Amino acid sequence: MPSVAVHTHVFARLVRSVATANGMPTLRQAFVPQPVVGRTADELRAYIDGTDPINKSSFIDTVINGLTSPLDGQDLSGLSYTRSTPRLLDAETEENLHRLFSDRGWTDFAPVVLPTEERVAAMLAGTSHAPDEVVGRLRPTAYREYWELTVEKVAVNAVMAGASPAYLPVILAMAASGVSGRSSSTTSQATVALVNGPIRDEIGMNYGIGAMGPYGHANVTIGRAYGLLSQNLQGGSVPHETYMGSQGNFLSFNATFAENEQASPWEPFHVQHGFKPDDSTVSLFLGGWYTVFGGGPRETWQEKFTRALQACDPFTGPILTLDPLVARGFVELGFETKQKLIDWCVEHARLPAREYWDNQWIQTLHRPRALAGVEPYASMLKAAPDELIRMFRPEDIHVVVVGGETGAMWKMIGGGPRLTMVHIDRWR
Amino acid sequence: MSPTIRVHDPRGYPPEVVGKQLAPRLENLEGKTIYLVDCLFDNSDVFVEQLRRWFGEHLPATDVRPVRPRESWADDPELRARIEADGDAAILGVGL
Repeated sequence: MPSVAVHTHVFARLVRSVATANGMPTLRQAFVPQPVVGRTADELRAYIDGTDPINKSSFIDTVINGLTSPLDGQDLSGLSYTRSTPRLLDAETEENLHRLFSDRGWTDFAPVVLPTEERVAAMLAGTSHAPDEVVGRLRPTAYREYWELTVEKVAVNAVMAGASPAYLPVILAMAASGVSGRSSSTTSQATVALVNGPIRDEIGMNYGIGAMGPYGHANVTIGRAYGLLSQNLQGGSVPHETYMGSQGNFLSFNATFAENEQASPWEPFHVQHGFKPDDSTVSLFLGGWYTVFGGGPRETWQEKFTRALQACDPFTGPILTLDPLVARGFVELGFETKQKLIDWCVEHARLPAREYWDNQWIQTLHRPRALAGVEPYASMLKAAPDELIRMFRPEDIHVVVVGGETGAMWKMIGGGPRLTMVHIDRWR
Repeated sequence: MSPTIRVHDPRGYPPEVVGKQLAPRLENLEGKTIYLVDCLFDNSDVFVEQLRRWFGEHLPATDVRPVRPRESWADDPELRARIEADGDAAILGVGL
């Protein structure tokens, strides 16, 4: 069926590259100015009556011609091609290779360790899996094509990040998740990674003082490897083409840490989710948009927590990262389990319905569900404008214990509902 | 002269791209049924309604039908089948 896709102009390069990767480089596409969000009906009508900023012709003519103009040879044949990536690059000096890697967008712009055959072979000693075994597939977002990745390709990126071979099972598990650490979302989402189980100690991960900062070789290089492998094995993370995060996200550099299971008064995160204590897992949370900080729990903790929860984006619930001092403080207040604290948060995190439904991503994702009768959104949509409605479901909020007990500090980090957990042990 | 070394290519394996033919175009829109598919991004319904009005004012002999998939960013096979069954063309939009 003849069709025309309408986009805002900032997506022109991206949508054309997607069309080309789908074998239809001449797909008919029309453009209006950015933004559509927040514009009035009259302003949007002006877009329709105006000029397509990319095709430089009347917008409506672009649309009508797209549906009615005869096809040419390229329209009828499409475009077929292969994009091979060699196993090894041509020999070059180290200086030239560093420049090549940076110029081609294969780094995070910090120096990398060049993946020589010897270094990659040494890295591969960190797993029993064959170098040519397919680990999985990655893509920057749901509408792009998947790229395939092997154990060797993951090892190459692990070398570049400065990781040790012992870390490779964790990095392979992250690669096997299908979750990119370089999502192209306009929201600039990052992927927060949590490691649980015995492997934390086996490879020396830091879950004590400074665990969420640059204070542990394993934490830092595993997180960096995850970022590098994501961008390189999914087909890139290039602004305007495979990355559209408007502001970017500092957590994209690294958001990998481990739970302080030893100091926690509660079940480890992976055990909460059905794994055995002796299993090693990595949990990936898509989010990382916001961080709210506090201390306690002190006398007024309920007011502070309620305000902090209300400050979270209602589209994505928080990961509560609590220092062990905070976790034990909550136990003294009667929260014998993480779930009891989550339930308290669900009950007290409320917004006026008008504010909840005014959120851009609630509008985009939850409102269609509400209109289709999906609960709890359908009932929430019926609420009066000033009625206080729940922001989150229990499964939208998570609790993790991390830190070195130098202060009773906690954070709420965006990323609750979209969780993927992967067993690390199968990649040893 | 600096020594040279060989290193691995860090990129993954892209899929083969198979060319696809565009659907035959219409001769004109007179008497045709065009579905306006609201992709459900915030405010796209307002844009789609303005587009519907434009067609009503300028091409009244074209049957323009705004539709919404059941969910954002997910295929809606029932809607797709309906459009294929009784539509002549589709316009999809718009974000963001």
